Amino acid sequence: MTFLGTPEVPPRGTGNLRGTQSFPEAAHDRLADSQLRRNLGKATRTIRAKRLAAAGELPDWEALRDAGSAIKTQVLANLPELLETFEQRVTERGGTVHWAPDAAAANEIITGLLGGAREVVKVKSMATQEIGLNEHLESAGISAFETDLAELIVQLAGDTPSHILVPAIHRNRAEIRELFLRAMPGVDPDLDDDPANLAAAARRYLRQKFMAAEVAISGANFGIAETGTLTVVESEGNGRMCLTMPRKLITLMGIEKLLPRFADLEVFLQLLPRSSTGERMNPYTSMWTGVTPGDGPEEFHLVLLDNGRSATLADEIGRSALHCIRCSACLNVCPVYERTGGHAYGSTYPGPIGAVLSPQLAGMAGTDPNASLPYASSLCGACYDACPVKIDIPSLLVELRHQHVREAAPRGEAAIMKAAAAAMGDSRRWELAQRAAGLGRLLARDGWIRALPPPLRGWTGARDLPAPPKQTFRQWWASPQAREELRREAERGLG
Amino acid sequence: MTGKTGTTGKATVLGRIRDALAIAPPAPVTVPRAYRTGTELPSPQRIALLAERLRDYRASVHECRATDTAATIARILGPARRIGCPAGLPRDWLAETGAEIRVDGPETSVAALDALDAVVTGSAVSCAETGTIFLDAGPDQGRRALTLVPDKHLCVVDASSVVAGVPEAIARLEPARPITLISGPSATSDIELERVEGVHGPRTLVVVLRTDR
Amino acid sequence: MRVALFATCLGDTMFPGAVAATAKVLARLGHEIVFPTTQTCCGQMHVNTGYQREARGLVERFVEDFADPSIEAVVVPSGSCVGSVRHQHEIVARRYCDTATWERVHATAAKTYELCEFLVDVLGVSDVGAYFPHRVTYHPTCHSLRMLRVGEKPLRLLRNVREIELVELPEAESCCGFGGTFAVKNAETSTAMLADKMRHVLDTRAEFCAAGDSSCLMHIGGGLSRLSTGVGTVHIAEILAATESREVTR
Repeated sequence: MTFLGTPEVPPRGTGNLRGTQSFPEAAHDRLADSQLRRNLGKATRTIRAKRLAAAGELPDWEALRDAGSAIKTQVLANLPELLETFEQRVTERGGTVHWAPDAAAANEIITGLLGGAREVVKVKSMATQEIGLNEHLESAGISAFETDLAELIVQLAGDTPSHILVPAIHRNRAEIRELFLRAMPGVDPDLDDDPANLAAAARRYLRQKFMAAEVAISGANFGIAETGTLTVVESEGNGRMCLTMPRKLITLMGIEKLLPRFADLEVFLQLLPRSSTGERMNPYTSMWTGVTPGDGPEEFHLVLLDNGRSATLADEIGRSALHCIRCSACLNVCPVYERTGGHAYGSTYPGPIGAVLSPQLAGMAGTDPNASLPYASSLCGACYDACPVKIDIPSLLVELRHQHVREAAPRGEAAIMKAAAAAMGDSRRWELAQRAAGLGRLLARDGWIRALPPPLRGWTGARDLPAPPKQTFRQWWASPQAREELRREAERGLG
Repeated sequence: MTGKTGTTGKATVLGRIRDALAIAPPAPVTVPRAYRTGTELPSPQRIALLAERLRDYRASVHECRATDTAATIARILGPARRIGCPAGLPRDWLAETGAEIRVDGPETSVAALDALDAVVTGSAVSCAETGTIFLDAGPDQGRRALTLVPDKHLCVVDASSVVAGVPEAIARLEPARPITLISGPSATSDIELERVEGVHGPRTLVVVLRTDR
Repeated sequence: MRVALFATCLGDTMFPGAVAATAKVLARLGHEIVFPTTQTCCGQMHVNTGYQREARGLVERFVEDFADPSIEAVVVPSGSCVGSVRHQHEIVARRYCDTATWERVHATAAKTYELCEFLVDVLGVSDVGAYFPHRVTYHPTCHSLRMLRVGEKPLRLLRNVREIELVELPEAESCCGFGGTFAVKNAETSTAMLADKMRHVLDTRAEFCAAGDSSCLMHIGGGLSRLSTGVGTVHIAEILAATESREVTR
């Protein structure tokens, strides 16, 4: 391979990839919302149990995860060639491929393709959320109607999604009924809060939209390089409606969503539904390749989105975050997500995967709120166990913390860490430090310390700290008493 | 951001990806494929598993001998007055219904599809383990709108087209055609994760399993 | 066997009883115990907070203290510190050390074990002759569970303790919310996780919550103390070290 000049680090992405507050600040309000905590707790517990059962049913689950992970690694390693093949296949089959380096370019391309349409229907797509497409279209005087029930709820409420898979997970039925009565044109005023009736109201409202829309905009779960085939995985049928009924279809797909071969779907169509909704298979999956005369849209445009993905790819460790197939299993098992919900993460991508994806896609320099995301985890590892493509999220979090510290370590913290490392670097200094820590006993009553100054105030806000004992282990070890006790144990043995 | 579309956008994106891979060259990787492929299940078990899994999704499933197909369909569709079907559906399957048969064509309007009481189609392949029926727009299945707009879909599955697992099903598909995977009627769990069947797709899915038993 | 004890910085300074208990169990099983007194800390806090460069000296210190081939195994009463030695030392060494050091790091990590792993897997022992007449619930701790995969091993050891009344902890596998500096940086989220863990512990009506990691126990115990629950925390090594004679003399 030859290169013209030295390779440049690709620029970060733009769009809805960061919040306005740091994670602890944003989490503060969510933690106080007891309704949200109850909704989230119930929802994540339910999906967790379903996912475990669905994955446990397959004897070869681990082998599927291994294959899925390796296929994604292979995709990233061969991305330029695969993308070119993909473009060629889509074009041969009557589609048109567009390339968007960033969010603004993608918005501009899509708006340009609408050809004067004032209304479009949309099927749930995280990529369009990422680039802020709806807001962009609105500023151009175009109405975009979300057709996924949860997305519709979020849109009618003027809200943002809080979960990859169940975007309205933070709202309960009573709230949704109230919202429909207030914001859904033509709704039956006697509507009750039975989920079946709420869904039926959405069906009636959206059916007219599907039948009348000229243009649909979708995302894609998978793009097959070998054949040019696109795939959308869904439950409600709104995806099928969008992909089939309007005359023109525009699909926005992140460049990392490729799979090399059509047969690779045999792996991902097992991993994705079981990991996301905990079903053996989701109700509907649609696949299409370019344009099929007499069946579905007459015009098909595919917009390939970079927006920080190439920047992420430039990091040998961090790039495995691009393996993500957006199943949301990591959210559902995450104890942090379960308490704070998705909004605390600020970005389109919440939860553990968001904490490693957003800072890489959009950057985390200086006081960027994204710089707080890698720390929004207790590193408990539940996400890694649940991930169908084996993204080692805890290790990625640790790596991003390292990168952040190298770039912009908080000064006070860095001083403490350096001092601690110096004290621990040598056992004599360490023993002095232990003696100093022992003075903590002066703060204690009945063996517990109940208040500490910053930076440890966060600890004693809700927990006591045990007083340091009179004797360290090494002091005990050096004592005659230790020798005597260990001798007695050895003598006693197991008998 | 202006003027960076078309070939320029392509050159930019591919250039960035190549730069990224030059900065951090990837190690070669081989894909381990130790998962199950080519699973074979004897016919009665395969059919029983498919039926069980479909019922799990609350589809209604009727098994019949191939020679009883027409009678079974007629019995299930009972009072339906207007039934749609693709041009390539074996017409004898509908011979015993008293309903008016509307054969779908490119000129059939969406409103006409919406007015059907039910649509009857065949299917390409079915996966027993997941309870999934694959439609590939073959002559007995028709275009996608036909199985989407009507509120009831009666889908005929021939026992010979039922395979055990997902890999076996994917292997039988022709990717160039529009493909729809159906695992039960449309459903949502968006409100408090309570499953509701029937949102935008057909609210009723009826499967007729033809066996030679 | 010649076994080296790694006390961990927290164990050495704050929880000497748990480390001494580890030594007693190993002595009871007839092993020669050494304690290299130059040891300090594995560097987990540094690595987990992003200070890999600062952790380099600690990784080298650990190898310096324990690489000695006459040491057949390094035993640690902490799942998370063993997780750090096994998974993070190599990462730091690859980034900041030469190949020779990296190889020593790798070899030292390979003979480092969490106490329960060592007892069950290496020594093949699941009954250490302990006696602990109390109602106890066991919290598995994340790193033992998901980094080291110790699985049922600690429970096997506990089930063989005389007179213990072991009660299952609901949602045992969920994190207690400690997470090192997470507990300070995201104190409110950490506290919310702790509240649920404490509720589950209290639901068991156990006298003690046991675990294999003093850091998680410090977190849970600190919360239980603040609420004046009267429920104590105990390191699993202390249960395994307890015997009838010691109970009597207490």
